[in-house]
Amino acid sequence: MQRKKAIQVSLLAAVVIAVQVFTSATGSLFYLTQLTMSAYYLLVILGLTVLMGYTGQISIGHAGFFAMGGYISAMLTTHDLTQYKDNSLIGLLDSLGLLVERTGLYGDNLLNVTPWAAFIAAIAVTFIVAYLIGGPVLKLKGHYLAMATLAFGTIIYTIVSATPIFGEADGINAVPPFELLPGLVVSGNIALRTSNYYIAWGLVIACMYLLLNLMDSRVGRALRAIHGAEDAAGSMGVNTAQYKLRVFVLSAVFAAVAGVFLTHYNAGIGPSEASVMKSIRYVAIVAIGGMANLWGALVMGVFLNFLSLRGYFGSFDDAVFGGILIVIMLFAPDGLLRQGNLRALIGLFAKPSKEEGV
Amino acid sequence: MSVLLEVKNLSRHFGGLRAVDQVSFSVQEGAIKAVIGPNGAGKTTLFHLISGYLPSTEGMVSFMGRDIHHKKPFEIAALGLGRTFQHVRLFHGMSALDNVMVGRHTRSSAGFLSGMLALPHARREDRAIRERAMEELEFMGIASLADTEATSLSFGQQRSLELARALALEPQLLLLDEPAAGLNMHETVEVGETIKKIRDRGVTVLIVEHDMSLVMNISDEVMVLSYGQKIAEDEPLAIQKNEEVVRVYLGEDDG
Repeated sequence: MQRKKAIQVSLLAAVVIAVQVFTSATGSLFYLTQLTMSAYYLLVILGLTVLMGYTGQISIGHAGFFAMGGYISAMLTTHDLTQYKDNSLIGLLDSLGLLVERTGLYGDNLLNVTPWAAFIAAIAVTFIVAYLIGGPVLKLKGHYLAMATLAFGTIIYTIVSATPIFGEADGINAVPPFELLPGLVVSGNIALRTSNYYIAWGLVIACMYLLLNLMDSRVGRALRAIHGAEDAAGSMGVNTAQYKLRVFVLSAVFAAVAGVFLTHYNAGIGPSEASVMKSIRYVAIVAIGGMANLWGALVMGVFLNFLSLRGYFGSFDDAVFGGILIVIMLFAPDGLLRQGNLRALIGLFAKPSKEEGV
Repeated sequence: MSVLLEVKNLSRHFGGLRAVDQVSFSVQEGAIKAVIGPNGAGKTTLFHLISGYLPSTEGMVSFMGRDIHHKKPFEIAALGLGRTFQHVRLFHGMSALDNVMVGRHTRSSAGFLSGMLALPHARREDRAIRERAMEELEFMGIASLADTEATSLSFGQQRSLELARALALEPQLLLLDEPAAGLNMHETVEVGETIKKIRDRGVTVLIVEHDMSLVMNISDEVMVLSYGQKIAEDEPLAIQKNEEVVRVYLGEDDG
């Protein structure tokens, strides 16, 4: 079992490397930009797959968590603190090495929070908010849970698009690069395109490995049991409320990590990242990926986000994902890429050869 | 023999309806005790009260000397009280084996982090869970169906699977809610044999059942409920001769 997963994840890594080698050999490195962005969106989608697909708890508010990560990080790393230099709290942060002086776009001197400190703050805030929201909201089921999470997403959207510190409708731009380790920088700089592709996909591979392990573990079985029959899971000793909350927080943190990284990569973030349409897009991809299918979500997530980012859907971008959701809910409410469906599909094509055998 | 489960003056009212009304009884360790009664007598409500699925209006429940009244179902399960449901409640989308493996939840401890990192102790524990789950499937005679999706099994197999899952919990007390409902006569006899085998493993059994032949065959003691109240509690043979019980079941002889 463990070996099978190791092989699968190694194959994923091989494909990731092969794509990079291929694009560099064919002089089409520009594709890596959209693949990098798709990889960050995948982090949201994989977290949501565990929450929604495996545990059966829908969230139409995950763009809100993504935006929380991105916006908090963007605000802290761009908001100039020079005028507060004499404030004792700012002085304390400075002496702890959490602040950095840098030169802004227009040659002005800025005093900002360091990206690492901003990252940790963004994750911590998301963690706490997800915990506080998740407690009461996860008592709801079905449409009621969907509506409550939708409302949460709407609140975040309203906050970021109406608060001056978050740049209102313009969002925040000129977000500095995020130096993870010396020499390893999250940045949209074209010279760093290849290394950024590997940072993003390295995160996806790690996340995939962790989540595949999780779903195969005692906790993973308990989560699927909650989806399968919540009351019976309780009678087996599963603390259903606690497990649902933990998965909710876990997926929210994944979304926030994605938000932070993509914001540094794009050097900015706008309110559309917090929009309901983004949340619906994530849900649609989890659904078309087969709901309880991490690999399906990964394949569909890359495929659809890549097409969307390359602009293939034109002005129908959001409509495509809305349409996907409608079609899936009508014809394959348990998700499209499922073992049963795949077998049926293979059977469809395998039929003639079978008859030959007879 | 000691008292494993003790219920005192347990009541549950739904508005004006007294679904369970001042019921007191106890279950001796190692016994098979049956609760019978006409439809709507409050048998399933009584089970829900004991296993924590419904809060009681008043009364007390103690299990192995501990007050389990007001505890949540998962806490009660962790103390060693297993149950099955009147309408089979399997985890759909999971194999038969995975279903039973969930039954080992309270007997294992790996958390989110050790699961995600597949730490050696978590993997060792998982292997032990798998082995034990297979043993329970074998005990119920459905080991060959381990990899089948639970909900695609036949109804009788689903009932067996639900039992295997409850047994994986290593319960001290097993609550069976109509284990023979929907089964034919032959299968019902088999269920009776299985319940005796479960008792012989040292598991105390409390069973709600409609099927009189099953109850009379296997029970050490029978309690009769009618309109939420206990009207009799005795050995099976005595219950069969109890006039009040006969009246409740067959109706009065006054036209």
